Amino acid sequence: MATITTTRTPRGAPAVPVTPGWARWVNDHRKWLFAAPAMVFVAALLVFPLAWTGYLSLTDAEGSVRAESEFVGLRNYLDVLSDTDRFWPAVGRTATFTVAALLFEVVLGMAIALLLWRPFKGQRWVRVAILLPLVATPVAVGMMWRLIFDPNIGLANQVLGWFGVGPQPWLAGQHSALPTTIFIDVWQWTPMVVLILLAGLTSLSEEPQEAARIDGAGTWQRFRHVTLPLLMPTLTVAVLLRGIDALKTFDLLYSTKGRGGGSFHEVETLNVYAYGLSFDYNEYGVSSTVLILFFLIIIGAMWALTARRKEARR
Amino acid sequence: MRPRAAYRVFRVVALTLVVLVLVAPLLWMISASLKTNVDIYDPDKALAFSPTLANYAKVLQQANYVEFIVNSLWVAFAATVASLVLGLPAAYSMSRFNMRKSALVVLMARVIPGVSLLVPWYYVFSNLKMVGGFGVLIISHMFVSLPLVVYIMMGYFDSLPAELEEAALVDGLTHVGAFRRITLPLSLPGIATAGILSFIFSWNNFMFALVLSDADTKTLPVAIFDFVGYASIDWGGLMAAATVVTLPIMVIALFVQKYVVSGLTAGATKG
Repeated sequence: MATITTTRTPRGAPAVPVTPGWARWVNDHRKWLFAAPAMVFVAALLVFPLAWTGYLSLTDAEGSVRAESEFVGLRNYLDVLSDTDRFWPAVGRTATFTVAALLFEVVLGMAIALLLWRPFKGQRWVRVAILLPLVATPVAVGMMWRLIFDPNIGLANQVLGWFGVGPQPWLAGQHSALPTTIFIDVWQWTPMVVLILLAGLTSLSEEPQEAARIDGAGTWQRFRHVTLPLLMPTLTVAVLLRGIDALKTFDLLYSTKGRGGGSFHEVETLNVYAYGLSFDYNEYGVSSTVLILFFLIIIGAMWALTARRKEARR
Repeated sequence: MRPRAAYRVFRVVALTLVVLVLVAPLLWMISASLKTNVDIYDPDKALAFSPTLANYAKVLQQANYVEFIVNSLWVAFAATVASLVLGLPAAYSMSRFNMRKSALVVLMARVIPGVSLLVPWYYVFSNLKMVGGFGVLIISHMFVSLPLVVYIMMGYFDSLPAELEEAALVDGLTHVGAFRRITLPLSLPGIATAGILSFIFSWNNFMFALVLSDADTKTLPVAIFDFVGYASIDWGGLMAAATVVTLPIMVIALFVQKYVVSGLTAGATKG
């Protein structure tokens, strides 16, 4: 596509009418004039604050952002990395939340996308239903599930009651809170995976499917050896996009369990932990350390995924 | 034909279940917003209740929600327009000149956890006396919507044939003129997609406004969060507040479904 973009005035074309000098200058420098404002905006809000966060992570800044702080070297890192009380459990929860949510979302998303692949009557309505959770405000979604999962008056325990299952504590339970938030995340974001995979499925050509069918491949074989390999690039995009967002989940956790991820830190992931350190306790130094480590984890995860993607493309 | 028929039955059952699980909670939220708090606590009145708008009256009048709605609208609208103004030329340049590395810089904004930027932002903007104002809210929301616009529009410009612009150049337009008068009008569906998605993401954003807004500039998601006090929860009011923020965005999304879907899946099938 991009090969045709080096257009100059084609031969035989009438000369461009006289344009003022500044307009020609704008025209000649359009590449960077067009791109620069957006890039400067993002860079200003991104690079400098990140560098600052990196610097803060080496200081004992706390209390007020204006207060004097001292350079403490790597002490914060040593403290944080040896903190088995809050930091490592938060790493564990972040990993559990992300991996579990991703796993359910990809498996369910794939199943639903396959069901929706071939057109049928009423498909429109299913697509509408799929879009709704996706655009709903996460904080409102959190509040909605708080009511549904309320141990005393919630719909969830009523429904369980119909099947003779006793009431569950859901979000209120020390061990059930994290799985419950994973369920909510799956409810809200599986549709995203469905939409992406469906777009991928519809762009696949029919021929390999036909060929496999003629060769006598069954439904599962066709899926496993034809559809899935062809869909791999799309699947990787879905996992990448969803994975990044799942790692960063904040709205849902903060709106269902509040500060510190609940009184026992049941749902305190790295993001919630760092937010609490910064804005509930004003421990900017330690918080920055946690964030830098979190950031390294994200980069590492992304790097691993894109490396796999490149491998898959070969 | 027997297995086909069986599959059809299975598909109907499975998809009905999916729709039920996705939609029922939302309907439950809306129905709870129409109940008195007494009815919410009564399982017998799960479906048979006399609807009341009292919760909405309470939320909109006493709790100042009209003001928060206006705040949310204004911030989302301004962030979207500003993101389009900065993002469209940038996406165009990055697509036409194949500036993939520069694009990566912009897309980094999508990867980074917002918390890691909030402390420095808070420091800088409080020194500029901007914290609590609309300016900083719009800027922070642009940080979410601008990469979205660039990402969606790069894909869109990639798919537009360059021949059209070349024809315009032959007719005597400059490159900038061709972008303005040929490419942009042709890109309206893409711009609509990017704009709608940017608006939705800004409307739904919670974390930035939680830190950077004050009592006068609070947006709806923060207002809903603040609704939960330390004492017992006013469920009826809370569900009315949650409905006020989600229902409009869901209705809009239904009307422009095609754009929302193409925006959310942008770039997914290029491989």
